[in-house]
Amino acid sequence: MREKELKLVITFHTTTAAMAMEKACNARSLPGRLIPVPREITSGCGMAWSAPPESREALEQAACSEGIEVAGVYQLTI
Amino acid sequence: MIYLDNAATTLQKPPQVIEAVAEAMYSLGNSARGTSSGSLKASRTVYEARVKIAELLGCPNADHVVFTCNSTEALNIAINGTVFPGDHVISTDLEHNSVLRPLYRLEAGQGVELSFVPADANGHVSYDDFEALIRPNTKVIVCNHASNLTGGMIDLARVSRIARQKGILLIADASQTAGCIPVDMGQLGADILCFTGHKGLLGPQGTGGMCIREGVEILPLKVGGTGVHSYSKEQPSEYPTRLEAGTLNSHGIAGLSAAVDFIRETGISTISLKENTLMRRFYEGVVQIEGVTVYGDFSASQRTAIVALNIRDYDSGAVSDELSEKYDIATRPGAHCAPRLHRALGTKAQGAVRFSFSWFNTEAEIDEAIRAVEELSA
Repeated sequence: MREKELKLVITFHTTTAAMAMEKACNARSLPGRLIPVPREITSGCGMAWSAPPESREALEQAACSEGIEVAGVYQLTI
Repeated sequence: MIYLDNAATTLQKPPQVIEAVAEAMYSLGNSARGTSSGSLKASRTVYEARVKIAELLGCPNADHVVFTCNSTEALNIAINGTVFPGDHVISTDLEHNSVLRPLYRLEAGQGVELSFVPADANGHVSYDDFEALIRPNTKVIVCNHASNLTGGMIDLARVSRIARQKGILLIADASQTAGCIPVDMGQLGADILCFTGHKGLLGPQGTGGMCIREGVEILPLKVGGTGVHSYSKEQPSEYPTRLEAGTLNSHGIAGLSAAVDFIRETGISTISLKENTLMRRFYEGVVQIEGVTVYGDFSASQRTAIVALNIRDYDSGAVSDELSEKYDIATRPGAHCAPRLHRALGTKAQGAVRFSFSWFNTEAEIDEAIRAVEELSA
């Protein structure tokens, strides 16, 4: 297994919201990728956006401006 | 073959639709089932299709576009998910059995009350009748956007104004109009707009769906696996997952997505104009032939590309068969799953021969079809 590192993990209620997040991040060249939701947290949607912690503000802004409903934002060592 | 049965399904599809389905079948995993590359590709494909359908049909939220396997499934979900014992429903004589049978079943099994706005012998409905039929317990109006038999349309914006005044939900059946003419659920005032992917939208069979206005509550028809909230005993409440239990037809949806691209690139107004021109050309060619009876109203500025007719008192099935066998022209005879409108038109026994046109038809094909009708009428 790869070495664990601190990550920002954003969860969603629906897969549609997760896909919208991926699209919004790609359009803005924001970092991160979709991962299965880590077991430490629970979420409606089975996938979450994982990115470096320092990108939090930009990611939340992207979600907000696209009207993407975020279920939770976490910092986890995964 | 000259294919003039496009109101049943469009047989000729844009090549990119077929290519998209094939590519999807080579590469897509299961949508919303993990983050492997194949699953993500399927999730992205389905999501992009939602966004495109939302834009095309004027649905404000892409997550309120729900995919189903066709209009019938969408209408069953919409009707069974909003109408409950003690409710009254208004519908029309222009409806297809995909609306009528769910309603009749609710009437027989759940004590739901039904009223139908009658059509006259030309397939017209009176908007005053919608208002007159409203009762205190009227919950829903289920209304066709265009008849699959005559191509005649109902002014849904007018119906929705009547419905909204009384807090009644409007379920619109856009099976015959989506992809053929501009359809905007907001402008039409539809609370739920049901569509199919394989007719005017030029996508694969097995695709369709519904656009839902925010705030409209629909009880799911199916519950099951969604890839989310797996430990909950209940179906997730968020759209679209709420109504999408089980594996989606992402291969078909990939084709539908490519079909919407084709429609947007071609221009829906361009498509509408061409289909309308072909339909008018055929109508003008057959209407004056002795022994031919054409059904419906052709004076309206907007209608779909359908001409339903009979030749003398000939069985419509025999005429359609002759058109196929002798001229290799595909049409649809019989009742077209529209029993109430056939009764209104007086064609219950004879049925009618329906010619329906698409973007891929040509003027030469129309002229050949006119000649065939002339010969069969002689």
